[in-house]
Amino acid sequence: MSGAGGSTSRHLLSAGDLSRDEALLVLDTAAELEQVLASSTVGKLPTLRGRTVVNLFFEDSTRTKTSFELAAKRLSADVISFAAKGSSVSKGESLKDTALTLEAMGADGIVIRHSWSGAPVNLAHHVRGAVVNAGDGTHEHPTQALLDAYTVRQRLGRLEGLRVTIVGDVLHSRVARSNVLLLHTLGAEVTLVAPPTLLPVGVETWPCAVSYDLDAVLPKSDVVMMLRVQRERMGVSYFPSSREYSRRYGLDVRRAAVLGDDAIVMHPGPMNRGIEIAPEVADGPRSTIVSQVANGVTVRMAVLYLLLGSAEPAIGVEVTRG
Amino acid sequence: MTAAQSRDDGPGARGARARPVTGDPSAARPVLPPEQLARVVDRMAHEVLEKTGGGDGVVLLGIPTRGTVLAQRLAARIEAFAGAPVPTGSLDITLYRDDLRLRGPRALGATDLPPGGVDDRHVVLVDDVLFSGRSVRAALDALGDLGRPRVVQLAVLVDRGHRELPIRADYVGRNVPTSLQETIHVMLAETDGRDGVLLGPADLERA
Repeated sequence: MSGAGGSTSRHLLSAGDLSRDEALLVLDTAAELEQVLASSTVGKLPTLRGRTVVNLFFEDSTRTKTSFELAAKRLSADVISFAAKGSSVSKGESLKDTALTLEAMGADGIVIRHSWSGAPVNLAHHVRGAVVNAGDGTHEHPTQALLDAYTVRQRLGRLEGLRVTIVGDVLHSRVARSNVLLLHTLGAEVTLVAPPTLLPVGVETWPCAVSYDLDAVLPKSDVVMMLRVQRERMGVSYFPSSREYSRRYGLDVRRAAVLGDDAIVMHPGPMNRGIEIAPEVADGPRSTIVSQVANGVTVRMAVLYLLLGSAEPAIGVEVTRG
Repeated sequence: MTAAQSRDDGPGARGARARPVTGDPSAARPVLPPEQLARVVDRMAHEVLEKTGGGDGVVLLGIPTRGTVLAQRLAARIEAFAGAPVPTGSLDITLYRDDLRLRGPRALGATDLPPGGVDDRHVVLVDDVLFSGRSVRAALDALGDLGRPRVVQLAVLVDRGHRELPIRADYVGRNVPTSLQETIHVMLAETDGRDGVLLGPADLERA
């Protein structure tokens, strides 16, 4: 687990941590795992027997938590899941104390979801085990970006040179940030489309283009990724009404019709049907939404295997403990 | 750090990757020249036909990388001699290895079963070198998760001895007595640009 000197470990904290080779290794590993599982009669591999993976979810999440749990179990790891409610966290334990507890329990991998941007980085400074960021605040969600990239490659056969349009609430979206970083690493051209109020400060420094006009961008897109309108994150209104948002930035049947023949439509879920995406589009032939969920388990298995499966991790950023 | 950079070698560690042979080739002794290798594969094909009653129900599963290539060659020869095609596939053992935590990261190889799978088939596992037997142990575990073959046999191009588990091969291309300090390098045109088997000192590494 530890590197030279015993004081560093490797973690998956940001999609930007991954080099092109590392990102492709994750995708290739996931592809081989998919093949193995498709042939398997037991649906389970012995690879992480004896390893412990702790799921630490400080924020509600059904699909990501289930997906990580299933991924770890399919690799035969021992899985412990904490929800914030009911754990010491609700009694006021600090993240550092939680980390020390996990350390004492011998957690080899720690999957963390937290509402604070940067919580996984913080945790990584206190534990020997590999930390996997499962979504931190409005910052990052690297395994979502990996499963999206995997899904695109599965459907379109490549990533290099593809034109990917990410539409919606970029400001509050960790999915958007992680996707921009990873897709850029993998050679895709990303365009963000959003109302000016839903773009973060400093977006001009991101490795992507920005547009306010969805209709102008759609015909040139190979992939359209719709982001969820995160109403629960909004203390103030960023747009006049959801009807207004839907009219300007929603992917309805009329807009989907201008897409190229092979173009695909993605959504990280959960969807607001009828707001950012029309039900006919979400359930239509271009939609990859169901395969994104299935691919999520496979890609997370690949990440866990590459971080925990050998004497030294094959991917991730090195963090010194202290 | 990528998976391909990790060293393997040591008993049973071969098979997950195809890498070129480097080092000083003059330090290595050829134990099977190319034309002999072809004859050995022909003989093994005949033996498979003989011991399986004409190859009925036989499925050849190669252990990546060179085992997969050998399985394809064996299948082609069996078809040439018996006139019927033999289903062939590959079986990656990486996820079933018992030494994963002792070594650096390993990239996965392909697992690809022929249509019809392995249930009730006469499966012949194919690998390039039989050494400690640990790869074959892993292959048997992997195979057990894919179905229930009627019979499982083992074919290897080279048996170099030094078994650490109670495993033997049913079809052996060439027995090559070795010391633990020596290395065996199987080269196949499909993965290495040429055919041959070299017996070399331990420092003749695959780079």
